[in-house]
Amino acid sequence: MGKAYELRLYVAGKTSKSVAALENLKKLCEEHLKGKYSIEVIDLLEKPQLAEGDQIFAIPTLVKKVPEPVRKIIGDLSNEEKVLVGLDIRAKIKN
Amino acid sequence: MAKSKKQLEARSTGTIPKTLTGISGLDEITLGGLPSGRPTLVCGEAGSGKTLFSIEFIVKGAMEYGEPGVFMAFEEKAEELKANVASLGFDLEQLEKDKKIRLDYVHIDRSEIEETGEYDLEGLFIRLGYAIDSIGAKRVALDTIENLFAGLNNTAVLRAEIRRLFQFLKSKGVTAVITGERGGSGLTRQGLEEYVSDCVILLDHRIINQISTRRLRVVKYRGSVHGTNEYPFLIDDEGISVLPVTSLQLNHEVSTKSLSSGIASLDKMLGNSGFYKGSSILVSGTAGTGKTSIAATFANAACLRGEKCLFFAFEESPKQIIRNMRSIGIDLQKHLKEGSLEFYASRPTLYGLEMHLVAIHKAIKKSKPSVVVLDPITNLITIGSVSDVKTMLVRLIDFLQAEQITVMFTALTLNNIVNEQTDEGVSSLVDAWLLIRDIESNGERNRGLYIMKSRGMKHSNQIREFVITDKGLDLVDVYLTEDGVLTGSAREARMLMEQTGEVIHAQAVSRKDRELERKRKILESKIESLRSEYESAEEELNKVYVEEALKKQIMGETISKIAGLRRGDNGGEEKNVNKNK
Repeated sequence: MGKAYELRLYVAGKTSKSVAALENLKKLCEEHLKGKYSIEVIDLLEKPQLAEGDQIFAIPTLVKKVPEPVRKIIGDLSNEEKVLVGLDIRAKIKN
Repeated sequence: MAKSKKQLEARSTGTIPKTLTGISGLDEITLGGLPSGRPTLVCGEAGSGKTLFSIEFIVKGAMEYGEPGVFMAFEEKAEELKANVASLGFDLEQLEKDKKIRLDYVHIDRSEIEETGEYDLEGLFIRLGYAIDSIGAKRVALDTIENLFAGLNNTAVLRAEIRRLFQFLKSKGVTAVITGERGGSGLTRQGLEEYVSDCVILLDHRIINQISTRRLRVVKYRGSVHGTNEYPFLIDDEGISVLPVTSLQLNHEVSTKSLSSGIASLDKMLGNSGFYKGSSILVSGTAGTGKTSIAATFANAACLRGEKCLFFAFEESPKQIIRNMRSIGIDLQKHLKEGSLEFYASRPTLYGLEMHLVAIHKAIKKSKPSVVVLDPITNLITIGSVSDVKTMLVRLIDFLQAEQITVMFTALTLNNIVNEQTDEGVSSLVDAWLLIRDIESNGERNRGLYIMKSRGMKHSNQIREFVITDKGLDLVDVYLTEDGVLTGSAREARMLMEQTGEVIHAQAVSRKDRELERKRKILESKIESLRSEYESAEEELNKVYVEEALKKQIMGETISKIAGLRRGDNGGEEKNVNKNK
């Protein structure tokens, strides 16, 4: 897995969920994707026009643009296992 | 600004502010449209027309009322939607370019989404808010938010968020239409939207006897009265048309003007004037009694007067009617060409009764005729029960009377109970009822026509024989004899017989006259001979008298002469002597 991860986190203001999501994401990336990721945080309160492009409806939403396929993870990213599966870092494990 | 002004206006009339939908008929049922600045739920099963309802609300708002609108689709992609409504003549592309509407397709794909922990739908709100603000939208349609439940797992969050969404829409001051799939025991699957909406409209698509009927019902409307019935509606190439049933009052304008039926002798039976304008006429009779002919004659008369006539044919095709009517000397083709006559032919089974009614309504609104013919209404019974047909006709007659349109129905009567019922059912609604009866006798069938009723007219109580000739229709007096009523050839025969009788009679009379004349002559000649006999007798008598008188005279003279001779001596005697010598 030499490819870089392009991650976008959509938030709406500094809500507790947004803050938690960003913290969880940073921690997780440092652990599993050290050195090969970039995180872009988009605040929809400031740029509402960007919501349509990535089909955002829930907040917070993490969008993995690269590598393909595009995946979305919504929520505060508190379940590490699910996030890793969602980002295709770890294959889905039964149970 | 415009909105607040409108609200003020509405408040002054005492009701909550409403927004016209532009969907024909709906605004009448809701007495002015949907509640302004509040969310309305439109729910129904799949294929009941929810999406069309919502898009029409948005498009009509943008095109007719100058209110921009946002359409947020959860089901169809913008391109699909554009293609789907293009058939209705809605050019979404152009409207979008003109910033009158905004389409936003929210794509929710479960396979792309992973849920971890807490979240909310703020993203959707922001997106919607942005769309609303970008074009200054007054109207919003969400079709169908339930898709969120299909894409996301956390229903507790979703339920809370949908509640918040309604609040959000209210705070934005937009008039919103939210569609919801019907399911379970409630109006919507989640059983939530109907409680948070200010107005709930239920769309229904029912199949009864294999015929589908779409219906619409306003389930709730906070702060306003509304029609509570189920109203049939139609989806056609012009979108949705809802038919509000009847106006609640019976206060139509009435006319004392009358229209000719096209049959002079029938007009005479109807108090010499024909039917009243704006009245409804029922022509009923058994098969083949000429109901369509009467209807066509009526239509023809209207066209000849220069009025517009709309002919609803439920049995024959227009061409068939035109051909058949030509055989009795009525040229409908001419009127058709001139545009004074219009046909609207459809199979009764094409769709449900209600739909027929809506379609008839639409056709009438479109061509604005002064005379309408429905031939025949009986065929409608094949698609509905008797009471259904009756309610439909009540509505139709109501509508037509309000529009001052004269209508003629034809109805087939068979000798079975169902149809007699219709007759009776309908008859109380109509103003005039002509009945054509078969009169069977002497091995032939003839038609007898009489007027069952004609409101407000001194109509004839006679049964007349109704004849169809190649020059048109006519009514003849039936022949009353000691043997009863004679019609058809029996009547002709009787008339012939009586004519012969008259000739014979006349001849007999003249013979008697001549005999009398002869007798008179004989008598006269007898009188003449008697008179001459009398004259001769009289003459004879006279002769006797004269002779007698002469005798007397001569005798007298002789006696006096003798006496003179005796008394006169010489002179006298000598003379006598000389005489004697």
